Amino acid sequence: MPDALLRTVELTKSFTARRASLAGKKVKNLAVDRVSLTVGEGETLGLVGESGCGKSTLALTIMRLHEPTAGRIIFAGRDINGLGEAALKPVRRQMQMVFQDPLASLDPRLTVEQIICEPLDSPGAGARPVRRAPVARLLERVGLAASDMGRYPNEFSGGQQQRIGIARALALRPRLLICDEPVSALDVSVQAQILNLLRDLQDEFGLAYLFISHNIAVTAHMSRRIGVMYLGRVVEEGPAREIITAPRHPYTRALLAAVPEPDPSRREVGPVAEGDAAGVAGRPTGCAFRARCPAAAERCAAEEPRLRPVAEGRVAACHFA
Amino acid sequence: MARYLLSRIVGLLGVLLVVSFITFGLMHAVPGGPFDSRALERQQMIPEQIKRQLNLKYGLDEPVWRQYLLFMRNAVRLDFGYSLAFPSRTVVQIFKEQWPYSVQLGLLTLAFSVVVGIGLGIASAVRPDSWVDHFGTGVSVFCLVMPSFVFAILLQFFFSAQLGWLPTGGWDGPRHWIMPVLANSLAPILVLQRYTRSSMRDAMRAGYVRTARAKGLSRGRIMFVHVFKNALTPLLTVGGPLAAGLVVGSFFVESIFRIPGIGFYFVSAIGQRDYPMIMATTVVWTAIISGAYLATDLLYALADPRVTLVKEK
Repeated sequence: MPDALLRTVELTKSFTARRASLAGKKVKNLAVDRVSLTVGEGETLGLVGESGCGKSTLALTIMRLHEPTAGRIIFAGRDINGLGEAALKPVRRQMQMVFQDPLASLDPRLTVEQIICEPLDSPGAGARPVRRAPVARLLERVGLAASDMGRYPNEFSGGQQQRIGIARALALRPRLLICDEPVSALDVSVQAQILNLLRDLQDEFGLAYLFISHNIAVTAHMSRRIGVMYLGRVVEEGPAREIITAPRHPYTRALLAAVPEPDPSRREVGPVAEGDAAGVAGRPTGCAFRARCPAAAERCAAEEPRLRPVAEGRVAACHFA
Repeated sequence: MARYLLSRIVGLLGVLLVVSFITFGLMHAVPGGPFDSRALERQQMIPEQIKRQLNLKYGLDEPVWRQYLLFMRNAVRLDFGYSLAFPSRTVVQIFKEQWPYSVQLGLLTLAFSVVVGIGLGIASAVRPDSWVDHFGTGVSVFCLVMPSFVFAILLQFFFSAQLGWLPTGGWDGPRHWIMPVLANSLAPILVLQRYTRSSMRDAMRAGYVRTARAKGLSRGRIMFVHVFKNALTPLLTVGGPLAAGLVVGSFFVESIFRIPGIGFYFVSAIGQRDYPMIMATTVVWTAIISGAYLATDLLYALADPRVTLVKEK
């Protein structure tokens, strides 16, 4: 396994919500609950889970765009939790993020050139033509034209906007790119193009990815290892191939069953999770998944399953894994 | 762009035409005439003979539609005739002499309230729930509940009567400007502070601000380049009409501080049934307000690259 570039140790993020009543009772929501993950240098870790399971919160917390509640974020051998804005600046150059909604994440009032150049700008940085050359190269690298530099984000299609978002993230030459649902806002044909672009860029720039998606098939295609999140916790983790061929946690099985199978003769309908996840606020006792689990037993209500090794390089949090 | 501008100007002229037509009609639909109200004021009867002579002199004996055409013919040459309430001066003369005072008061008010209102709004947005934010809210609430004429009189009471620092009225220099500008700024400060705060807060929640933070930009750069620039559009929306409302003067503030501005005439013309003055003030006010909206729309295009100005098909 390559050296760890990013390691989270028991990373926790909770939000305090005030109930809408005069009493104003404070409710603590554990959006990310003691998550420990490792992303190796140049490697891709996929993260899957349904909406609201805390994937994006985890990403934003790692980026320190949310303040972590507890735990450690070790990036390139250094705990970056607790670093001040100034100390964080060089770290942020090495760790960039591609957001889910490409248009919303680009400032409508800046040209593509300004968006890409902005973090590079410092007082007295090179003259305009000097700065423009790398921008042109980046744009061409992500499949846009250098002449697109002077245009504004709203003039592009969704796929092109995401390409701008990727070029922007790459401008700082990061070592880690956190892709938070980078293709879920795009239509299917464009999704494939963007995914292939991300893979090509990974080889070219030696990037490590934390690839977040609700689609386990897409994640498996992109990743060497996969982590499955449910209600703020990692419930299964292991090599991508093994996870999709032999899932151990019933939630992983449910995610796999949700992947559309194009061949009707191969469709099999097994036991699938039903209903919605309980909110993180009303976390049930015992196993959080038991209400939706086809294999739930008495033990699941009484005892909370711990994340434990189930095979070589694999962990799962299920009594029956 | 040129076509857009042309179509907007044609539209503006149309608005002026409609407004003048309606105003003219309403003005004449109200029973009584200019000389009745004057007679009432002085508590004396005007003999029928003289009234007929006056009507003849001012062309009020003509049918209303002819009077309107006459008004239009003169108005396009910016001739509104003699004031009925101040028969020694033409309406244009009155405007020329009094309006500059109102414009000066309005611009000073605008400058003061932009600095205070937008300043407080930014400070409140940048540090929500801090003492600055609460102070800003306090100032807004004060501006909201305090009528300008009450505030004006309180100012006079403290700073003129009690402390003797400032003159109670007049318009002879900076010392005379302070209290009128303060009293006139209440509403604009309220509007600007609240709009700045809320549109800044909206912009701060935007995805591109998160991106800017991920880029590792400084807080100052994020606030001014990404947040404030994007928060500007909603501000322009209220700012244009606000500025237009200020330069046409204020009846209360001008009356209380004895400023010889045009704001007084806007109101007094109606009670006095001063037909030419009513028409002139209405048309000028309409032109300024519509002009301000046009200017605001043009500024949108400058402030936001997503806006392109084209004539609708």
